[in-house]
Amino acid sequence: MSSLEIKNLHVSTGDKEIVKGVTLTINTGEIHAIMGPNGTGKSTMAKAIAGHPDYTITQGDVLIDGKSILEKESDERAREGIFLAFQYPSEIPGVSIANFLRAALQARMAEGEEIDASGYYKRLYQKMDLLKIDRKFTSRSVNEGFSGGEKKRSEILQMAMLEPKFALMDETDSGLDIDALRIVSDGVNSLRGPNLGILLITHYQRLLSYIVPDHVHVMIDGRIVKSGDKSLALELESRGYDWVKQELATA
Amino acid sequence: MSEITDTLETTAENPVAGIDQTSGNFKYDMTYDFDAGTGLSDRTVDYISAVKKEAPWIREFRQNALKTFQSKPLPTHWATKDLENINFDKIRYYLSQGLKPKRTWDEVPEDIKRTFERLGIPEQERKFLAGVEAQFDSEAAYSNIKEAVAKQGVIFMNSTEGLREHPEIFRKFFGKVIPTGDNKFSALNSAVFSGGSFIYVPPGVKVSHPLQAYFRINAENFGQFERTLIICDEGSELTYMEGCTAPKFSTATLHSAVVELVALKGAKIQYITVQNWSSNVFNLVTKRGLAHEESEIKWIDCNIGSRLTMKYPGVVLKGRKARGEVISIALANDGQHQDTGAKMVHAADETTSTVVSKSISVGQGRATYRGVVHIPRGLKGCKNNTECDALLINTNSRTDTYPSITVRGDRHAVQHEASVSKVSADQIFYMQQRGLTEGQAMSLSVNGFVNDLARQFPMEYSVELKRLIDLEMEGSVG
Repeated sequence: MSSLEIKNLHVSTGDKEIVKGVTLTINTGEIHAIMGPNGTGKSTMAKAIAGHPDYTITQGDVLIDGKSILEKESDERAREGIFLAFQYPSEIPGVSIANFLRAALQARMAEGEEIDASGYYKRLYQKMDLLKIDRKFTSRSVNEGFSGGEKKRSEILQMAMLEPKFALMDETDSGLDIDALRIVSDGVNSLRGPNLGILLITHYQRLLSYIVPDHVHVMIDGRIVKSGDKSLALELESRGYDWVKQELATA
Repeated sequence: MSEITDTLETTAENPVAGIDQTSGNFKYDMTYDFDAGTGLSDRTVDYISAVKKEAPWIREFRQNALKTFQSKPLPTHWATKDLENINFDKIRYYLSQGLKPKRTWDEVPEDIKRTFERLGIPEQERKFLAGVEAQFDSEAAYSNIKEAVAKQGVIFMNSTEGLREHPEIFRKFFGKVIPTGDNKFSALNSAVFSGGSFIYVPPGVKVSHPLQAYFRINAENFGQFERTLIICDEGSELTYMEGCTAPKFSTATLHSAVVELVALKGAKIQYITVQNWSSNVFNLVTKRGLAHEESEIKWIDCNIGSRLTMKYPGVVLKGRKARGEVISIALANDGQHQDTGAKMVHAADETTSTVVSKSISVGQGRATYRGVVHIPRGLKGCKNNTECDALLINTNSRTDTYPSITVRGDRHAVQHEASVSKVSADQIFYMQQRGLTEGQAMSLSVNGFVNDLARQFPMEYSVELKRLIDLEMEGSVG
């Protein structure tokens, strides 16, 4: 079992502090959902953990199995097992999904080692079948001209191929219609298992009826203000975030 | 001979201001078989002609070209002042195959050896390219190819031989597509040319395998002033490949080739160049094809490296329904200027031309697209489609586009599209988040950018091009 520990994490962009001390531990095999209104720092936290250059960690630490990853570049963090499923994944014109994933896997191999092409394609097609993705998909340029649903499916396919220890899924449900949401959720559920820890970022309960979390956290103004099990998500859905805010104010 | 062989160290000395060549010092033995010394005069030209045992008309051709060269100004007013740094008096204009470098493999810098290794260049060729061996022993491969195509009646030899053995064909077409006075450097080439290929394909013959200059370069002085003439007779087809992707560590800082193609009725010529010059080289090349009725000339031109490259492959569409195409990829790294483009001159009805140009500017590299499309009065049904895309890697990279389109008459279709894009920080982060290093991410972006063009290259060339881009991009970050 591996663990991703987030300890008293403070994150700024420019002069502005967005994340104001988050502590959370995710073990492989667990799904944690972070919920909260827009602009409370959920995505910022995920990007900072993945090493986005626009965000500065001013305080606190992030550790994998007890070892800090903050000194590492974003690509090293990725190779250590951090995967960020982007809310808005970038386009890479002219680079097919197949070639992109191959390059990403090649980057994980020791110098002088070459990826086995036939084995690679076999595995790629297996994962695509699992995620019900058309074979033609892999020859398209990464995210170029993709619909919202296709972009998210491409992210899940990448996650399936790269086999991270921890996946930070940033608003994976945004921009999806109900069918696409079901397909993407099925994909995530099929990857769920003892070797993967997931942090699901969302502001709707909707996603959590497809991907049922083990733990739910509510983030408001850069802090986790309430944690519970999956029932907390349902409670939030019926009572709204104002209920948590009021509770905070009276506390 | 003493006069010719005295100042040997000048080969290693810097003939161009501002470039330190001592790091790659090349030293040669005291005796050359043939050497025209440094500087250019009518004596140099006579000397070259005498050594090559040329006919009087060629000598005269060279002498006239020299006069044209001397009278023409440098074209700096429209391109770059950097040309003024060429010191024509310090250049050696002819150095034959007798040269024997003293440098040993151990003296070749580590990074160069690594580059060869990464590119997968065979051992024997590495030594040649690094200047350890003056000759790359490919004689066997070359003569096999020469023999195989000779069965179809194809003539494939170096241009010196061509002039000697086939003057009746050579003279008819030589200097007709690119006249001596076309520009200062075509004049220079016409005065001192040496090496290059001569190919004649008889009517209806389709040469199945691409002919490669690579198998022939040993015989000559590495193409400093190459002169290539290719004639495809009616209905014939040929693909020719020039250069290789391995970096050329040249002692000569001026390379000025002239390439003339002639496609007679219904013929098809495809000319592929992949060049990777060391960063001290001025690469000033004139390339043009003459396309007769229903023929097709296609230039695929890929320029990497050099200090300054000025090269605009062109097609004169002389016959009805002739087609011309230029596909060009240029990568300008720090301190380099790739000034490339295309010239399409329509001179008959229903002629079609296509230009697709992609350039990449890295660091303070500068890529310039310069294109001419000319459709004169009185023609009908001509078409041109030009697309030029530029990719900027860093915020201080530079790209310029200078299209010059002249269309007279109203029965033509001309289209010009241009785009400039930049590799965004978000794109790089996205790729890094998947585990690629910053350098690998950059390479992948650049390879993706040229992917649709690179696919048109022969397989081995596109693979090498990819590796080459990887190498170029590795040094560009951090």
